[in-house]
Amino acid sequence: MLEAIGARSIDELFASIPEALRLKQPLDLPGPLSEAELIQYFRERATENSLGYTSFLGAGIYNHLRSVVTDTILLRGEFLTSYTPYQAEISQGTLQAIFEFQTLIAELTGQDVANASMWDGSTATTEAVLMAERLTRRRRVLVARSVHPEYRQVLATYARNIDLQIDEIGFTSSGQIDLEALGASIHNEIGAVLVQSPNFFGVLEPVPRIAQIARGAEALTIVAIAEGVSLGAVQPPAEADIVALETQSFGIAPSFGGPYAGVIATREKYVRQMPGRLAGQTVDAQGRRGFCLTLATREQHIRRERATSNICTNQALCALAATVHLCLLGKQGLREMAEQNIAKAQFALAELEKLPGVRRLFEGPVFNEFVVQFPRSVRMINAQLLRDKIIGPLPLGANYPKLTKCGLVCVTETTRREHIERLADAVRETLAVPV
Amino acid sequence: MADKIKKAARHTSQNEGLIFEKSAPGKRGFELPPADVPAVDVRAALGSDYARADIEGFPEVSEIEVIRHFTRLSTWNYAIDLGMYPLGSCTMKYNPRVNEHIARLEGLATEHPYQPQLLAQGCLKILFTLQKCLLEITGMDAATLQPAAGAQGELTGLLLIRAYLESQGNPRKKVLVPDSAHGTNPATAVIAGYEVENIRSDARGQIDVEQLRKIVNEDVAALMVTNPSTLGIFEQRIAEVSEILHARGAQLYMDGANMNALAGVAQPGRFGVDVMHLNLHKTFSTPHGGGGPGAGPVLVKKHLEPFLPVPVLVEKNGQLSLEPVRPQSIGRVRAFGGNFGVLVRALAYTLAYGPGIRQATEDAVLNANYIRKNLEGVFDLPYASPSMHEVVFSDNRQKKQGVNTMDIAKRLIDYGFHPYTTAFPLIVPGAMMIEPTESESKEECNLFIDAMRSIAEEAATQPDLVKTAPHSTRVGRLDEVAAARKPVLRWKPKASSESAG
Ligand SMILES: Cc1ncc(COP(=O)(O)O)c(C=O)c1O
Repeated sequence: MLEAIGARSIDELFASIPEALRLKQPLDLPGPLSEAELIQYFRERATENSLGYTSFLGAGIYNHLRSVVTDTILLRGEFLTSYTPYQAEISQGTLQAIFEFQTLIAELTGQDVANASMWDGSTATTEAVLMAERLTRRRRVLVARSVHPEYRQVLATYARNIDLQIDEIGFTSSGQIDLEALGASIHNEIGAVLVQSPNFFGVLEPVPRIAQIARGAEALTIVAIAEGVSLGAVQPPAEADIVALETQSFGIAPSFGGPYAGVIATREKYVRQMPGRLAGQTVDAQGRRGFCLTLATREQHIRRERATSNICTNQALCALAATVHLCLLGKQGLREMAEQNIAKAQFALAELEKLPGVRRLFEGPVFNEFVVQFPRSVRMINAQLLRDKIIGPLPLGANYPKLTKCGLVCVTETTRREHIERLADAVRETLAVPV
Repeated sequence: MADKIKKAARHTSQNEGLIFEKSAPGKRGFELPPADVPAVDVRAALGSDYARADIEGFPEVSEIEVIRHFTRLSTWNYAIDLGMYPLGSCTMKYNPRVNEHIARLEGLATEHPYQPQLLAQGCLKILFTLQKCLLEITGMDAATLQPAAGAQGELTGLLLIRAYLESQGNPRKKVLVPDSAHGTNPATAVIAGYEVENIRSDARGQIDVEQLRKIVNEDVAALMVTNPSTLGIFEQRIAEVSEILHARGAQLYMDGANMNALAGVAQPGRFGVDVMHLNLHKTFSTPHGGGGPGAGPVLVKKHLEPFLPVPVLVEKNGQLSLEPVRPQSIGRVRAFGGNFGVLVRALAYTLAYGPGIRQATEDAVLNANYIRKNLEGVFDLPYASPSMHEVVFSDNRQKKQGVNTMDIAKRLIDYGFHPYTTAFPLIVPGAMMIEPTESESKEECNLFIDAMRSIAEEAATQPDLVKTAPHSTRVGRLDEVAAARKPVLRWKPKASSESAG
């Protein structure tokens, strides 16, 4: 090939890089490893993690059942190894799947339309706020403190540089947003109200009443949802103007924090201010139905500095996982999964409340997570639980200084009754030992 | 015609409607184990205000219907696994299957970022090792693996610059973006709170250094440069560019999307780059998956390290941990620390090569130059500077026959190839941006060259054949104007009155 090119050596192909900038020695990298050695290396890393432990962690990442069918589809090279479907004629598979994803998400959230995915729930939430700012041209936002702390931190990172002012609204003993404080803080310079439901404490927010208060000041209501399975049994936030959903619960592994797929759903009239890719239905010259990416004039590759967002690569394969998973579960399966989660949470709550000095903190309705207050520090309790190979509740004190001795407990349909009983037993034993 | 098309033949593919159109009440594709705790009444548990009655419009289909549905859809896609995917700037290289296996291992795919860090040392070691490898490859000093994609890496990088300049007393106002830059560059600068000033490339497709000297002033925070540029050309005066910026207190940002032309050959850390991002879903072979997920790690020089997003991975006495608080940090750019599963695949790719990653770079550049040499004279080459990992032609000659880059791209489909990138970079009217990557054999490159030559001939002799392509796909060119004018973005259930009847 060099000969065909007319080059004497490979180095000649790099002659355009000034000599002084070229590396003189090989890189100092580990490897090369063969396939078997690679697998061995990563298997060893896997054993240095939490294999064999039972976990009660949720807080935005949920362990749900997944069918092997989902992965079977994801591993088809035609989905796995294709690019963004810009060339519609040879990307109809991906495009139709996106169209189906958009439909499923719109139905689930009670909204008119949804996009093809965002990076995750936290950035979808942040982009929803930026979208509301464009729609209202107001630069102030009220955010419930019951929104996931990391989602709020991401929003703060973005907001700081573009003069977006964020004020936080507290929560009441129900664990829900303080509606009185919200009513007192809202006025016609506020562009949006952001809540999460189920919120970080696992408590459902009264979305219709929140939306009513926001509407009174012509502000938009944004609802973030980190636990999508809840939508199988919980009223969708149809009153919201924008919904930012994390779809990790739909067939996507926890994988130490990602990749997942966020998605934004909204009302039809707001679609032109929505960020992210969209697949639309159309026809070819012979009238055959087909799908293509559409409304691209919102996007960076067309609009550059005037685009709605800088997002380009999204989380398409994770969105496909969610699509396949939701189709497998279907209407009944998702409902049943949601009901089992509620049942497990009720059971776990009852078991823990039997323990001396342990109480449920918030009285608001919960889905599969709830906050429990213990008679001593959660960290101390957790250190003991680890001896029984249990990863205990998430301590809340670091993010909510007033909630010391409080922990967030998550149970799903994958949490077996005996796990919950073992947790309760282990906590009882721990508390029986004086500090 | 058929004899010219060597790589592809027509075969039957299955028709398939939307999944919603296959739905019938009562079907499902997945069974849950029976509950082992007492069932609850949803209305009683949540309160009737919160309980949902029905998930309207949701499909009800069996397992085999789901399998067939998505398998049929998959056969309507082109993919690297089917053949060369010369989509310029996108680096469509082979995605090793062992990496898929590894990312799904129990003990990796099952881990939660909030579990005690003592029980996450394996995950943290993967991240730490990857960081070290990326620092060696780029010659930079510190890294964050948090950004979810290239564009978020860009944002993170600009926020680091902003925080650094702020700490010096003035965040400044403008970011300079060459006209050859990817669209994410200017879009990102705006989200970082900067005005964009577009700057023109010189006749060789490189940064106009003399012009730069005139426009860099106290208002300029940074220049975003892609190197090699989107023309596949190395910015030869990069060191000078860096000096000009630094002399006036501005920073040099490098879009490292094209790092696959440099890995093992040159380190941006030695070009005077202050901050850069990598696209692991390009250079490091993590699969594009039809549009994502990716990962956009950011690498910085020492002076920007205090501003890195939290949490920051640190090693102390052989223990790794994620530090949640850093006083000068720009904050968090994503929940939960990053697209871990993508980072795992990228490390697997790196370890598989080791120092031999240079070979991948050489092969990519060799392939691109081989294609360039064989198509020069057939297609117009607007910038004659030496090509690295990709080559950008234009449709200048074929346009005289009324055939444009999009037509040629569509005709390539009939020849069994995915099109190259059309209409980018913007500075080349009618651009044809070809990136073969290191994965392609000489034979596959030759087939591609033959196809391109054949299409050039068709453009001269039967232009209509090219202008109406593709002829071999399930659907022809779609009416994109209609799609945008009256957007249909979802399937809708038939009105309940209809279904009731
Ligand atoms: C040169 C260049 N810069 C930036 C990007 C943006 O990266 P991403 O799509 O991962 O956000 C791309 C590709 O999409 C690119 O080709």
